[in-house]
Amino acid sequence: MFESILITIATAATPLLIASIGELVVERSGVLNLGVEGMMVMGAVTGFGVTLATGSPWLGIFAAIAVGALFSLLFGFLTLTLVTNQVATGLALTLLGLGLSGMLGEGFVGQPGIKLGNLDIPFLSDLPVIGRLIFGQDPVFYLSILLTVGVAWFLFRTRAGLTLRSVGDNHGSAHALGINVIGIRYLAVMFGGACAGLAGAYLSLVYTPQWIENMTAGRGWIALALVVFASWRPWRVLAGAYLFGAVSIGQLHAQALGIGVPSQLLSSLPYLATIVVLVLISRNRRLTMVNTPASLGRPFVPDR
Amino acid sequence: MRIELVKRPQQSALFSALSPFIALGLTLIAGAIMFSLLGKNPAEALYYYFIDPLTGLWDENNRWQLHELAVKAAPLILIAVGLSVCFLSNNWNIGAEGQFTIGAIVGSILPVMYPDLQSWIVLPLMLLMGMIGGAAYASVPAYLKARFNTNEILTSLMLVYVAQLFLDWLVRGPWRNPGGMNFPETRNFHEYAILPEILPASGRAHWGFAFALIAAVAAWFMLSRTLRGFEVKVLGQSPRAGRFAGFSASKMVFFAFIVSGALAGLAGISEVSGAIGQLRPTISPGYGFAAIIVAFLGRLNPLGIVAAGLVLALSYLGGEAAQISIGVSDKVVRAFQGMILFFVLACDTLIHYRVRFVGTPAVKAAEVSQNV
Repeated sequence: MFESILITIATAATPLLIASIGELVVERSGVLNLGVEGMMVMGAVTGFGVTLATGSPWLGIFAAIAVGALFSLLFGFLTLTLVTNQVATGLALTLLGLGLSGMLGEGFVGQPGIKLGNLDIPFLSDLPVIGRLIFGQDPVFYLSILLTVGVAWFLFRTRAGLTLRSVGDNHGSAHALGINVIGIRYLAVMFGGACAGLAGAYLSLVYTPQWIENMTAGRGWIALALVVFASWRPWRVLAGAYLFGAVSIGQLHAQALGIGVPSQLLSSLPYLATIVVLVLISRNRRLTMVNTPASLGRPFVPDR
Repeated sequence: MRIELVKRPQQSALFSALSPFIALGLTLIAGAIMFSLLGKNPAEALYYYFIDPLTGLWDENNRWQLHELAVKAAPLILIAVGLSVCFLSNNWNIGAEGQFTIGAIVGSILPVMYPDLQSWIVLPLMLLMGMIGGAAYASVPAYLKARFNTNEILTSLMLVYVAQLFLDWLVRGPWRNPGGMNFPETRNFHEYAILPEILPASGRAHWGFAFALIAAVAAWFMLSRTLRGFEVKVLGQSPRAGRFAGFSASKMVFFAFIVSGALAGLAGISEVSGAIGQLRPTISPGYGFAAIIVAFLGRLNPLGIVAAGLVLALSYLGGEAAQISIGVSDKVVRAFQGMILFFVLACDTLIHYRVRFVGTPAVKAAEVSQNV
């Protein structure tokens, strides 16, 4: 019982974790992409559709990653090359993604989905208590943990990571040092898009293997909030994602138990929790001031 | 080839006026491509989207179509006018959909809970309560931003989901119509609670459209002719300069959110009492989000927003027309609307920058033409 709850929490947390880690890299490079929800939902519809057509969830996942990255390029072209307002363009990406995915996915509604299988290692997966938890989950779960480790290592232990953070903290100086600010930001934005696409495919191939319009249901926005909550630190994103996974699974269990509280109130708990944690974090001005990438959201036009 | 931006010494007046039209033109081209990919005749599809809903214009029997346009445009314009004040002052309220919903709920308290109160005073009270409800709901993210510096984009958006779930609970629970066969909807509003048509003889456009026009003119006057409007723009463009001028940024947060919340709330109660006549689990096809597009397409100018609201309203009607006549899903509409915003933002670059294409292909082409 306890073990299965922990596993469902992991499945609820994994898409949030992947999308947040991607957005964290984007924001560390100084770009605020509010289009996570749109890229995620495009990943969900692509993953589902390609899996339905080919029968292979892996192809679906790769296609979702590719579409997420391509879709983020739209945002990149507008904000980085044409220097449009990042907030407005991110919103545009979300609205376009929700619209396009609804259109593309219309034929998928009600189709039975194919679930990405769980890992099954003989002996290890059958260990009591920890067996399924550590050795028997879906492959993307392991990928999400690797991604967190990898991004934490990349950002704070490599030269390239330092360069990326310098672009996010002071694009003027970075440019003066000869760093290709726009190029690095393009790569970061595409990485964020790929992660959001993967997170979306996780929803439609693992979490609830089916396609429902708007099935991301605000998770892209919660992922954005998690980045702030984590004050732009990968390990804190991991903690935050599991906290939110726990909240959303907890409210589902409470609904199933029928504890006399309206189900709508329980359903709104993850959204209310997001507001509460944002307030708690932003109250601490020093924490946010120190950690926010200083060039976040600022337009950059190189002077030649 | 590379794209290079050269900052213009000042904003281009030409492109300020032209950019929404260029954006619409590009959207039509992209739309035509999209329809051909869907296997439809693009010319026919675009005809049904943008021309067919207007063909009844001069026909006495078909005047309803213009009325439908006004019904759809009213909430879009009302919300977008409020958003323009927000966006100009650099406050990113993207939770208008939630303020619309709460405005509709608070405005419906009288006809739903006190249906025996039947008097002419009911309707004005409903409108007032709708505005107060929307404004109060919008002041939550405003307070959190002013007091704790909490990101208003995320909080206002989260409150949309909360408002929609609250409405869902109301119409399925305490407010469900006692004589309504268990359908999730409230009782029908009585006659004193219905927002009347402007011209009852010709069609169903209700007074919400008139409110929208009044709000647009009032906001235009405020923004372009008063000190408050100047304050909005100064604080939006340069908070530092605003502080030196003695303007309070945190008061502006409240002002912008309360104005836009009140207008979204008015849109909500007008829609419910003018177009629907009761509360249901879903009362809006995403007006609060489409209004963001309207605000930018109207270049954040309240008068431009009136025109932009009509364009987006037309896309909703066109979506219905195209679904009936050529079997294109009405889901295409939202994809269309998203494209419009993309092209508008891209074209706005032309206002501030001159775009130059530099790189090898261009140079070669120049050499070739010289040699010839």
